[in-house]
Amino acid sequence: MESVISIVGLDKSFGQTRALDGLDLHVERGEVHGFLGPNGAGKTTTIRILLGLIRADRGEARLFSRDPWNDATELHRRLAYVPGDVTLWANLTGGEVIDLLGRLRGGLDPVKRKDLLERFDLDPTKKGRAYSKGNRQKVALVAALASDVELLILDEPTAGLDPLMEAEFRAVINEDRHDGRTVLLASHILAEVEALCDRISIVREGRTVESGTLAQLRHLTRTTIAADLEATPAGLVGLPGVHDLKVTDHRVEMEVDSDRLGEVLSHLADLGIRGLVSHPPTLEELFMRHYRDEVVPG
Amino acid sequence: MNGLAGTGSLVGFIARRERVRLAVWILILTVLPIGTARAFLGLYATDQAREQLARTVASNPAMVGLLGPVYGSTIGALTAWRVGTLGALLVGLMAVLTVIRHTREEEETGRRELIGSTVVGRQAPLTAALTVTVGAGLILGLLVAGGLMGTGLPVGGAVAFGAGFAAAALVFAGLAGLAAQLTEGAGAARGVAITGLGGAFLLRVAGDGGEASGLSWLAWLSPLGWFTRLRAFAGERWWVLLLSAGLAGLLVLAGYGLAARRDVGAGVLEPRIGPGSASRGLGSPTGLAWRLHRGSLLGWGIGLAVVGAVFGSVADGIGELIADNPQMAVIFERLGGERGLTDAFFSAALGIVAVVAAAFAVRAALRMRVEEEAGRAEPVLVTATPRLRWAGSHLAFAILGPVVILAAAGVTAGATFGAITGDVGGRTLSVLGAALIQIPAVWVLGGVATALFGLFPRFTALSWAALVACLLLGQLGEILQLPRWALNLSPFTHIPRLPAPDLELTPLIWLVGIAAAMFAAGLAAFRRRDLD
Repeated sequence: MESVISIVGLDKSFGQTRALDGLDLHVERGEVHGFLGPNGAGKTTTIRILLGLIRADRGEARLFSRDPWNDATELHRRLAYVPGDVTLWANLTGGEVIDLLGRLRGGLDPVKRKDLLERFDLDPTKKGRAYSKGNRQKVALVAALASDVELLILDEPTAGLDPLMEAEFRAVINEDRHDGRTVLLASHILAEVEALCDRISIVREGRTVESGTLAQLRHLTRTTIAADLEATPAGLVGLPGVHDLKVTDHRVEMEVDSDRLGEVLSHLADLGIRGLVSHPPTLEELFMRHYRDEVVPG
Repeated sequence: MNGLAGTGSLVGFIARRERVRLAVWILILTVLPIGTARAFLGLYATDQAREQLARTVASNPAMVGLLGPVYGSTIGALTAWRVGTLGALLVGLMAVLTVIRHTREEEETGRRELIGSTVVGRQAPLTAALTVTVGAGLILGLLVAGGLMGTGLPVGGAVAFGAGFAAAALVFAGLAGLAAQLTEGAGAARGVAITGLGGAFLLRVAGDGGEASGLSWLAWLSPLGWFTRLRAFAGERWWVLLLSAGLAGLLVLAGYGLAARRDVGAGVLEPRIGPGSASRGLGSPTGLAWRLHRGSLLGWGIGLAVVGAVFGSVADGIGELIADNPQMAVIFERLGGERGLTDAFFSAALGIVAVVAAAFAVRAALRMRVEEEAGRAEPVLVTATPRLRWAGSHLAFAILGPVVILAAAGVTAGATFGAITGDVGGRTLSVLGAALIQIPAVWVLGGVATALFGLFPRFTALSWAALVACLLLGQLGEILQLPRWALNLSPFTHIPRLPAPDLELTPLIWLVGIAAAMFAAGLAAFRRRDLD
């Protein structure tokens, strides 16, 4: 299957600052791909390279198997983009901006436009300056979502939206997924990514540190276990795969590497389990681990 | 809460942000009168030469209209006549731009909100902006007064000259402070204040130029007219300064009154709602550029058409008797004309209009940078709009806008002049020609802005420096007897004066070529560079 986005070893520096340092990213047709990373990790830089706004120093970026810099104009007919920080023209109304951007892209679905305006509860008659941050965001969202394009590139699109609108956004993206649209969603809102994305790439300091489905990512990481035991816990210290061990009387809390889970559980069983709580890492834990710890290669 | 809390730290903050810009303004506006006075000392060394100049000017309503009346034949009085109102106009522009930048622009960008949430009183931002601007005006006034005294001019006149500049800063800071309360957008507020400044200039031109027809009272309505009425170096009338102080006081009070009543971020004039969907025209880069530029094109066009009409109406009555005097011809050549006083006048007047048209060209070209920095270029450029198409839509206004503006000014100037002299058709055509021939030089400045935008986008502000340099070279280069090569730096130097028996096309072709090369270089670089 043709990759919609294929990036290998992308480098980009701004003066002394290294924004991208060998970043990889692959997005397949029809998937909703979560693009996660802390502030300044290089998400927006990557997107700007994909949009042909800036040029990479090294590495290869392909959009629909074409060069995003040289073929920018033709590629742009096939995508719509929502930036994280939307600024509008002071003397144009929201409705005018939606129509303008739609027409510049090559067409807007009038039915969808009307439907989205209602769903996002957006008044299109106000002038640019009169919109709040959330409403400016909605203008850009309606303009993008009502366009007849194959790929949506969304850079923190729900920043500034209230929870109701966020829910509406998720519903719309899920409908788009059924229509076969590809979505690259850069976001900080983990619940949103967890709810929407088929696959996820986590970037840190300009490099991709994890990529895969949520289940795959979970497998790569640790499960939290809390157990009440009959015997005083012994032999857990130094057991392969056990981290952050905390022992209070007969109770243990620890994190266990997912691939060592079986061994650790049988060890606990030998000690006699009275109660056991175990939960897979939430995306947040996964995320925090990558943010805080030094990245272990592999 | 104390409405002025935090003013002190805001004054320091604004002064810090303005330190380079205001220093440059003050430097230029100090050199302007002092350099002129020094040059006059050499050019008109004898009493006879000075008296002749003063008499010639006084008998020529058009020149009086353009630069103001001559009140004496001393070096000081001639300096005040030659650069006084131009200087006061520039002082006013400095005040307007500085005040708006630190009041309405701060609000529009939302920075005011951040400041306002700290211990800063409601009136503190306006007070701080006015304080810094008026302070700059006072420093400028002191430097000018000191410099003129250092040139050996009488103390009283030097102080009056400096005070006149400071008074202009005071009045127009007050006007800008009021304008900043009216609209939500900084651009519109700037437009209101600059219209007031232009109106003051035109009232003075109409009043001084129409003295013979009993219109001189018009100049008394203009804060710029007050500068000449102060009569520096010609029996100073100090009480005229009270007019400036009084008007400034009223303007500031009105500004404070409105500021106390309105919400932060809001203007007194309510924003209107607009259509919920775009008209058919708004569907291309050109359609967008038209929406973004049409208001300013209309405003500048109307403004300069009015300027042209005023110039045209004061151009009449230039005595042929003076034209016969070869010595006078030499003097007027220095004022910007080669043959005939009317032509000299229109050359000088249209030269000023051309610089304003060039300002439009620079502004329109730099709109690309404004859009890029605000993040509004991005949404357009990630649609199927190629970069050159987007840039071209803005440059169309940088290239054709000045043509429209110069044509408007030329037609109104020629038609009003023709209506008075009874030859509407002929005069309109000849003055229109004299206006349109300036276009190649205007394009060069638009080219400078475009080249900077493409090649050195962080330094686009240098285009304004180039424009000011051209203005000063054109206005003062000859008086200061600058070397030829320096005068040749300004594209306006190379524009042939019309009407001329045989028009020299070579310099025009060169200018168009240079402009085209710079536009092309800027576009080529823009196509290849990263977007900010």
